[in-house]
Amino acid sequence: MPTTLATPAGPARRAVRDPLVAGLVGLCLAAAAALVVAPPAPYLVNALGQLAAFAILAVSLDLVWGYLGILSLGHGLFFAIGGYVCAMHLLAQGVAATGVLPDFVQFMGWTRLPAYWTGLDHAAYALVLALAVAGLVAFVFGFASFRSRVNGVYFSIISQALVYVSMLLMYRNDTGLGGNNGMTGFPLLFGWPMGSPGVVTGLAVAALLTLAGVLTGTRLLVGSAIGRRMLACRDDETRLRTLGYSTTRLKLGIWCLSAMIAALAGILYVPQVGIINPRVLAPDLSIEIAVWVAIGGLGRLGGAVIGAILVNGLKFWLSAAMPEAWPFILSGLVLLVVLVLPNGLLDLVGWRPRPTWLRGAP
Amino acid sequence: MTALVVDALTVAFGRFTALDCVSLAVDPGEVRAVIGPNGAGKTTLLDVISGITKPVSGRVMLGDHVDLTKRSEAEIAKAGVRRKFQEPSVFPALTVRENLEIGCGPALPARDRPARIAALLCEIGLGARAEVPAGRLAHGEKQWLEIGMVLAAEPALLLLDEPVAGLSDTETAQTAALIRALRRPDRAILVIEHDMAFVEAVADRVTVLHEGRTLYEGSMAGARADARVIEVFLGR
Repeated sequence: MPTTLATPAGPARRAVRDPLVAGLVGLCLAAAAALVVAPPAPYLVNALGQLAAFAILAVSLDLVWGYLGILSLGHGLFFAIGGYVCAMHLLAQGVAATGVLPDFVQFMGWTRLPAYWTGLDHAAYALVLALAVAGLVAFVFGFASFRSRVNGVYFSIISQALVYVSMLLMYRNDTGLGGNNGMTGFPLLFGWPMGSPGVVTGLAVAALLTLAGVLTGTRLLVGSAIGRRMLACRDDETRLRTLGYSTTRLKLGIWCLSAMIAALAGILYVPQVGIINPRVLAPDLSIEIAVWVAIGGLGRLGGAVIGAILVNGLKFWLSAAMPEAWPFILSGLVLLVVLVLPNGLLDLVGWRPRPTWLRGAP
Repeated sequence: MTALVVDALTVAFGRFTALDCVSLAVDPGEVRAVIGPNGAGKTTLLDVISGITKPVSGRVMLGDHVDLTKRSEAEIAKAGVRRKFQEPSVFPALTVRENLEIGCGPALPARDRPARIAALLCEIGLGARAEVPAGRLAHGEKQWLEIGMVLAAEPALLLLDEPVAGLSDTETAQTAALIRALRRPDRAILVIEHDMAFVEAVADRVTVLHEGRTLYEGSMAGARADARVIEVFLGR
């Protein structure tokens, strides 16, 4: 019957059927509810909130790497943009409340915050600014690269250089952003004292809810017609172009979206750890994000979350228990994945929603 | 009016001249085959027409007004040119249906797509395989799927790069029948192929390329009789 042939049964069915993402979203919501009703020890709450922020960061990278074939080795840049703007907001709010300038401003001999801090004590403005700056930096870098058809490893290397240059810039003390010490000593969050149990729980809940929202949104995106074009672009960009699609626009759009999601992760991360410094811009940290995604399962949003939580959970636990062993354990995990589980840990359960997973950029 | 005019086209890669002042004109409704030994410049010609390679000099006119050498691949595709690549270029992670849907192009309204896709599935004989990921198809099925993808946008100019490479005799005959069925007064088809029997079956006229130059243009029977063509290609 021709009418049954005509119904888009495949894509529509697959868009809603992703038990792993659905399960993880449910888990986030349940965990958020549990934190509110019966909060465990504050350090556990804090650890859970940080893990959620890392998971958001991993999803942002998986979106461009797993679904579009663009491996960014500089996603720490967008995470840092979110983190820095959030730190500026927290300090500006403190200055507005107490009138005391942050240490690094006093060391520079300045009598007030630099002009570009204006208005950052308003949370809504800080949020918009963080996302806008991340999106704008991504747009400029992406536009220049994608228009000149810079792809594959070349793009990865340039993205790495970009995060490195940013780190050198942020190590300078005259940027007005804390220099090599970074920014810390955040006194308040929305008028509440930082570090109080309520604030810790609130931040963790916010991170979990954001993760649930980001997972739901990105899952809908990759299950849509745009998601199918992303996979098509990943597997054969020339073919897609010769069918009449502007792949530059597609890549640029998703690239900017990914950068803004990474910035969101940074915004949620910084108040939970209470510090930001240029170390988040170190190239090895950006590479580590790719490791989380590869370990969990490239090209599967749930895999990125699992990878981020597993690696960072292990890190929280082992870097305290036996800090000198951690680099070896991480390297061992990478080797295990590369040699035994080329599609990440999700291979263990044979969970493969789509049959052909090409790894990364060609 | 002609469907496609290639006018004094020269393409060089470094010091190597892949196409040397090649000209040809294809009429609407015509099936033109471009033949020639390896390295003759056949695929380069298609690369220029589809915008993947830019020429050193010369023009490629689609209809009377559009110079394809000035356009991007996506713009050329929007102007009504579709290309089937030599290696079957389908999207392995997407199903047959999803491949065809992308083949419809960005311009076709969503409500018109299901009917178009259903018709195409029938035409290329993959109706029963609609929900199968393209990566799992057999070689011949991939070739047909790609033909379906390039037909989905109803192209005015269809470029086929070795459409029967690697196909069995039966599949070759089926493909020849399919291409003959694609002839329309408002559509020009340009085929590159090594298989002479196939070319004879589908083409109205042939252009023989050799080392980047046009050696012969005319009927297939004339090509078989031409002394220079026999020397470089048919005679061996």
